[in-house]
Amino acid sequence: MNIAHLVSARRNPKGWHWTDIAAYAYLLLGVVLMFGPVLWLVLSSFKTQASLLEFPPSLLPLSQKEVVVTGYPQPLPLFTVTMEDGTKRELAQVRRIGIQAQMIDPANPSQQFRVPIDKRTPVRQFSLATENYSEPLQRFAFPRFLANSVFVTVVATLITLLINSMAAYALSIYEFKGKNAAMLMVIGTLMIPITIILVPVYLVVTKLGLVNSLWAVILPGAATPTGVFLLRQYMLTLPRDLIEAARMDKASEWQIYWRIVMPLTLPALAVLTIFSIMWRWNEFLWPLAVLTKTESYTLQIGLNAFQGELQTQWQYLLAMTVMTLTPVALVFVFLQRFITTGIANTGMK
Amino acid sequence: MTLTSKTSPATSPAPAASLAPSGGTNPVLKLVTRVLDWPMAGLQRLIGERRMPYVFLLPNLVFFGLFVFVPIAINFVYSVTGGPALFPSERPYVGAGQYSYLFDCGSYVDPNTCREDHFWRGVYNTLFFSFFQVVAMVGLSLLTAVVLNMKIRGRGFFRAVYFFPVLLSPVVVALIWKWILQRDGLLNAAIMGLGGDRTLFLAEPGWAMFWVIFVSVWAHMGFYTLILLAGLQAIPTDIYEAAEMDATPRWRVFWRLTLPLLWPNLIVVIVLSLIRAVQTFDEVFVLTGGGPGTSTLMVVQYIYETAFSNQVQNFGLAAAASVVLGIVLFALTLAQLAFTQRKSS
Repeated sequence: MNIAHLVSARRNPKGWHWTDIAAYAYLLLGVVLMFGPVLWLVLSSFKTQASLLEFPPSLLPLSQKEVVVTGYPQPLPLFTVTMEDGTKRELAQVRRIGIQAQMIDPANPSQQFRVPIDKRTPVRQFSLATENYSEPLQRFAFPRFLANSVFVTVVATLITLLINSMAAYALSIYEFKGKNAAMLMVIGTLMIPITIILVPVYLVVTKLGLVNSLWAVILPGAATPTGVFLLRQYMLTLPRDLIEAARMDKASEWQIYWRIVMPLTLPALAVLTIFSIMWRWNEFLWPLAVLTKTESYTLQIGLNAFQGELQTQWQYLLAMTVMTLTPVALVFVFLQRFITTGIANTGMK
Repeated sequence: MTLTSKTSPATSPAPAASLAPSGGTNPVLKLVTRVLDWPMAGLQRLIGERRMPYVFLLPNLVFFGLFVFVPIAINFVYSVTGGPALFPSERPYVGAGQYSYLFDCGSYVDPNTCREDHFWRGVYNTLFFSFFQVVAMVGLSLLTAVVLNMKIRGRGFFRAVYFFPVLLSPVVVALIWKWILQRDGLLNAAIMGLGGDRTLFLAEPGWAMFWVIFVSVWAHMGFYTLILLAGLQAIPTDIYEAAEMDATPRWRVFWRLTLPLLWPNLIVVIVLSLIRAVQTFDEVFVLTGGGPGTSTLMVVQYIYETAFSNQVQNFGLAAAASVVLGIVLFALTLAQLAFTQRKSS
């Protein structure tokens, strides 16, 4: 039960209150504003270079229809022509001379027409310029960036899960000297974003000899205070008897952690996994600072570098952007409910 | 900001007696389990059960130490030393020199009178950006959360719609909007279709700042909406039922009941979005590069460029600026902790 229902139920048991209509209107506007731009990007990424330059832009990826006519080696562009007598015909253009176009009927190539260019409009058809996608994969370092991003995301997430769950286990199951100090250290780091310690982290990474290595991206963010917190809060709810029983069975502390606590913590681990994947896949500032060689770029850095170079080649840039957002979009489609409840419950990002 | 676990983790308790390797039949996990069990058991025999928590804590603390605590210490060293050297031992001590250089202004209201005018432009831009971004963010996410909390068909879908952009990377977000806002972009086509004039949205200072704020709200709104929605759903319904019995007008119910009860969540949203706004870099950097001119240059971009991309890399100055930024963020975080403490007590 909520306010809307209560109020509308009182005033008008079956009909619609104006606020309901306003709410739906707002939500529909929201759909257009939130999904629209992404959809527009995806549609645009399938347009040919020529149709990307069109203004005003067409909604769907359209391209001019071409026909193969016997006697002509190249396919010829097809136009709808308004003839002198007012009839309309579909003609193929052979060449254009000034304001006149030399055209032929594809069905009857021997007959030629001279048509003023303002009397013809291109015949357009729906077509997907998939070369926008295949060409960057062949010509640019895009696959390299993709591989780097995948490596960083997977390895960093595994390390994060392991070391954060170990710390969370120690902080939730045991009482030991220095526990409070350790907790305080973890809390302390919550409020320190990489942005304000950019330079010294860079120094540490340099000292470790990791500049331009993907490990320089993976390691600094591996221990996340949010991760430790999330897992610790979850582990605190596990029944102690289980751990005591395992100890009686002479299980080592590691076995208790790895074989009993970890499997039971799976729901929290799953949430942290999703977050870690999101963080790592989207990370920008730190990789930008520490990766300077093109072959070590991650997708985000590569994409940013491309947008400087490829201003005039939007067709590649758009396609690469779509490829970059696809994995998160897929994660979202499959795990949407999980992600949203995870965030609502933890308030973290 | 803690996980209030709704699902009981003990629904499928593993029998403690049978220590089956986790991962079930997965051979890799089985192998990892076997390989790790033996040395860790040996270690426990060596140092004793009571010292095992330190073993579990160690890797995490090494990472924290190496990449957070040591850097914080070095950052202070940087900020009081000068010169181009990267290693602190090779840098001459300059005392508060970097700070006084940073704060050397004829008048603090006018960045033109400052030696480090870009820093001050960054400060003012960040303040302007943060204020309007937070106002818009809180207002819109509150409105959206209230609407999503109504009895709406397809609520899950709409919730997902607003949340989706949160997942996109800042680079992708910036490129989407750059594509729409460009000279021959969708927005200009729409405006000209309606009889308006073409506007170079990202080349005019006022418009660039507007769009930077807009895009930032667009990208992160769903996150705060979700926090507020969780808060709204936690409000007990009998309060509303009582209000209904008294025939309280709806706006008054919202003003007198919903808003006060939602206040703790609103505080979280305000402070979190403020902390994030002060740190803004990614989207703005890709969308406008801080331009046109310096009209959308943020403090973090100033730090990044001073340290990494200028001709002369000035680590000392960048570190001093980041200490200043750190103090601001620290104050904001303390404020949030104070508010959330009050909430929980």
